[in-house]
Amino acid sequence: MDIFLVEAIINGILLGGVLALLALGLNLIFGVIDVVWIAYADIVMCGMYVIYVLYTHYDVPLLFACLAGIAGMAAFGVAVHLLIIAPVLNSAPINQLLATGGLLFFLQSFATLLFGTDFRNIGVRLPVVEVASIYISFARLIAFLFGLIGAVALYLFLKRTYIGTAIRAVAQDRDIVGLMGIDQRRIYLATSAIGGALAGLAACLLVLQYDVHPFIGNTFGPVIFMICVLGGLGNMIGGFVASFIISQIIAIGGYYSNTELSYVLAFTMFIILMFVRPRGLFAR
Amino acid sequence: MLVVEGLSKRFGGFLAVDRISFEVRQGEILGLIGPNGSGKTTTFNLIAGNLRPTAGSIRLDGAEIGGLPAYAICHRGIARTFQIPRPFHKLSLLENVALAAFYGEMKGISRAEAERRARQALDLVGLPSDPSTRTAGLGAAALKKLELARALATRPRLLLADESLGGLDAAEMEQAADLLGSLRSRMGITIIWVEHIMGVLMRIVDRVIVLDHGEKIFEGAPAQAAVDPRVVEVYLGKT
Repeated sequence: MDIFLVEAIINGILLGGVLALLALGLNLIFGVIDVVWIAYADIVMCGMYVIYVLYTHYDVPLLFACLAGIAGMAAFGVAVHLLIIAPVLNSAPINQLLATGGLLFFLQSFATLLFGTDFRNIGVRLPVVEVASIYISFARLIAFLFGLIGAVALYLFLKRTYIGTAIRAVAQDRDIVGLMGIDQRRIYLATSAIGGALAGLAACLLVLQYDVHPFIGNTFGPVIFMICVLGGLGNMIGGFVASFIISQIIAIGGYYSNTELSYVLAFTMFIILMFVRPRGLFAR
Repeated sequence: MLVVEGLSKRFGGFLAVDRISFEVRQGEILGLIGPNGSGKTTTFNLIAGNLRPTAGSIRLDGAEIGGLPAYAICHRGIARTFQIPRPFHKLSLLENVALAAFYGEMKGISRAEAERRARQALDLVGLPSDPSTRTAGLGAAALKKLELARALATRPRLLLADESLGGLDAAEMEQAADLLGSLRSRMGITIIWVEHIMGVLMRIVDRVIVLDHGEKIFEGAPAQAAVDPRVVEVYLGKT
């Protein structure tokens, strides 16, 4: 097999790790709260700016800047729930979409106001690893590993703790959890904080690879939604698997043509698959 | 222990519960019966906090609980079961019950303690308490028992049992009724019991309340209910 094809496949797998992390966050929120955070990728953008500003302007060590980014986005997730989601929780889905869609434009415009439209870079250059004449970006490797660690940590949290068990219970039947003494609103806040923290973690991993600008969310947002719908909205395992399918289409497509066309290919395949399996690839 | 006064619930133009008042005494088993649509389950939903009353008051040991959210009422010691069992199918049997034990009183008990209480509740109703049992594939009788175990794990003082006998065969019915009876004698739990199947209920309960079109039409001993002309007319059928 062509060595560059192998490289493309490996890069596809590495990209899948970060996409999977974002898909997990979005699916968790949708599964539990039943609201789609249209602005999810823009929360990642905010996290990237937090890390950028702390690291380049305030000389905070990168690790602490990243931890602050994660904590900050967790708090931001709670704020999004309290200020935007909670008031429209029982409204029609279209109103919820408009509310979180409004947040998307607000965040992009606010970031433009603060930082302008310049592409900004934290200026950290990580080495490129060479294994058997295949070049792998160290930043992507880290992103993949932490993406997986994040996914496993989330899985263990949901399986092994009572808050996690309660989150799964709310996802299944939100109307009766109160009878077991569970306060739904607290579970929603915990879920929003976790969703925000996952966006913050993704921001840490992406800020190592990409320049920050106010519209970087547009690069990932549509892909993440496509992944979640392909895996079945709310289906965390489906979304996880779909991340790697889509990332392979993008990577291999990019190898045979170019990156732009590979996105066209991914979305075309998505549209076709939606005709074949309208409820997602893994719908039962 | 529970005093309901002038309780009403209106859904649009439909008055599901119409100014009913009754009292539940400590340690008794009170039967709540009536034809379909008479307001039994709505009354349960109002007491358990699934619905907010339109008017009236519900007091538990003197404190008003009407309109409180369900979790707060659960923490005060009222548990309910559903007519149609609603287990969390993606959780194991033990997780279903342990979750209720963990959050039921909100006293910050440990994981081990929650599981111990869950096993205790599962043993009591006669379900397997090993962690590997799934809820999928359980029969109607087992699901009813799970409903009960989950309610008991919250350590209630008052249990609202909604048609615990529906869908069971005669032997299972006797068993379930005896179980409800033993909850009072062994654990001191007060019970309000909604049921369609009259025979078994009448044998166990101390008193019955009969509802019809959201109104209370009878309150008294089971033996008297069976001969009360209004009850006979609306519920037992004209003869």
